[in-house]
Amino acid sequence: MSISTRNLTPPFEVVDRPLDTQMTISFGPQHPSTHGVLRLELVLDGEMVVKCVPDIGYLHTGMEKLFEYKKYQQGIVITDRMDYLNPLGNNLGYCMAVEKLLGLEIPERAQIIRVMMCELQRIGSHLVWLGTHALDLGAMTVFFYCFRQREKIMNLIEAASGERMTPSYFRIGGLMMDLPAGFERRMRSFTEDFPRAVAEFHDLLTGNRIFQRRTQGIGIISAEDAVDWGLTGPSLRGSGVALDIRRVNPYSGYETYDFDVPVEQGGDVWSRYLVRMREMDESNKIIRQALERLRPGPTKADAPKVVLPEREAMKTHMDALIHHFLIVAEGFNVPAGEVYQPIEGSKGELGVYIKSDGGPKPARVHVRGPSFVNLSALPVMCEGEMIADVVAVIGSIDIVLGEIDR
Amino acid sequence: MDIEREKEIAAGARRAASYPVPPADLVNALRSEQGAWVSEVVEAFGEVTLVVPRSSIVAICTHLKSAPGFEFDMLSDVSGVDRGPEEEPRFEVNYHLFSTKRYHRLRLKVLLNQEDVHVQSVVGVWRTANWHERETFDLMGVVFDGHPDLRRILLPDDWQGHALRKDFPLRGYEPYSLT
Repeated sequence: MSISTRNLTPPFEVVDRPLDTQMTISFGPQHPSTHGVLRLELVLDGEMVVKCVPDIGYLHTGMEKLFEYKKYQQGIVITDRMDYLNPLGNNLGYCMAVEKLLGLEIPERAQIIRVMMCELQRIGSHLVWLGTHALDLGAMTVFFYCFRQREKIMNLIEAASGERMTPSYFRIGGLMMDLPAGFERRMRSFTEDFPRAVAEFHDLLTGNRIFQRRTQGIGIISAEDAVDWGLTGPSLRGSGVALDIRRVNPYSGYETYDFDVPVEQGGDVWSRYLVRMREMDESNKIIRQALERLRPGPTKADAPKVVLPEREAMKTHMDALIHHFLIVAEGFNVPAGEVYQPIEGSKGELGVYIKSDGGPKPARVHVRGPSFVNLSALPVMCEGEMIADVVAVIGSIDIVLGEIDR
Repeated sequence: MDIEREKEIAAGARRAASYPVPPADLVNALRSEQGAWVSEVVEAFGEVTLVVPRSSIVAICTHLKSAPGFEFDMLSDVSGVDRGPEEEPRFEVNYHLFSTKRYHRLRLKVLLNQEDVHVQSVVGVWRTANWHERETFDLMGVVFDGHPDLRRILLPDDWQGHALRKDFPLRGYEPYSLT
């Protein structure tokens, strides 16, 4: 017996919808590919993105307000929480801005360790970017390879500062403390192993045809647009502009290190990927040079009214004890004025603006987060692309929402 | 490593972190040619600040973006400063300019009175100003006239007041519920 389907009506109503209907969808803020709590309003035509409006602020914690209520040395702790993948870079930018106001001279050993740790942190930040970027595009293995390497970096940072994610290792006038015994040996063995790890990442992704098809020619931004939109860091260098703050506005003695600034001409996701991959090698090179240069010496500036004294000195010297008490209880006065200190963070130009009114607390601190500016150019790269490529573009500009929302 | 190289490295590490600024004669020439654009030149901590009257901010930005010798083709940052409710002029807006060709930096400063916190938007000069100005509007309450999309960016749309002003309490006026 056969059942005739001819007379059955379908359970749904068939509507003759015009093909050009646009649809608005809300992308995020809980989407794992938005790397935090970014929300995008996407107007879609079929699968194509017609309009993209980023919506941020879900992680806003009022850090710039909080700075005004904390003494200068307490502000370092807040900077850790901004770009939480590159906390040492944030520490450096903030400390250098305050040191510029104070006119402090940082000892050579402290400068070298700062450079070394910042480059280590840059590699760590790029590893998280690489792992999550590949994960967004469906390559899961890379994530574990990256985080295995990042764990070594975390252990090194923990050995130096005592903390993994929020080191606060750089202090105004130098470092929290000198490197522990055996640190140089561990660092050297990391730098020797790391090129092999980068070669592994290249094996996994660079020759991968699926990855190439997902990234080449996607999310293009021209050099003129990139400069106009204020892109900095690897995102700008992927568009063919050889601009690196370490090279053009050198600080901490970066001008004496021998390293290349990788540049790619394509301006697409693939170019930004290649720039960051090559930057990891360059950072490794800088760490090696820094290790060669390390000589014993002081790691804190000679400024007893600003820098906390050594514990031993406090037990034997009256004035050291008084200075310690005054710095902790009242803070130190910073000359009135305003400075803007740019450094090359792992994501671009990290600028710290500090205005002092002469007291122990800043009158205003403003942080120019590279992620914030790079994200503002997202619509330029996304519009006209497929919705599946939006995650590739977001991954390629390497945003951290802690820094965007502050 | 030889001794000369070591000395060079040590000197580099000790040198104060400062970036190039535009040549002083160019700044002075600009000031003498366009007296209405620059009301004061401040040099401190190795940085140069031009205090600009509110009415001429767009004109001077357009000029500096392409003028030979300056070529400030990138706007690094825009931020607002509240000097305190009793100060007059109360607000400052700082523009940090950067040149990707000459690598020097310059700060422009506009002073605003409390009753009239308006300044022309520079989105027409650099498009990156869009989000910076939205942030300054959101947190400091500076209104940028001519901005294409002046909405709050970090705080919720129904937020009352501007959080970075000095008379706004650190913990706010009342607990804010997101639900």
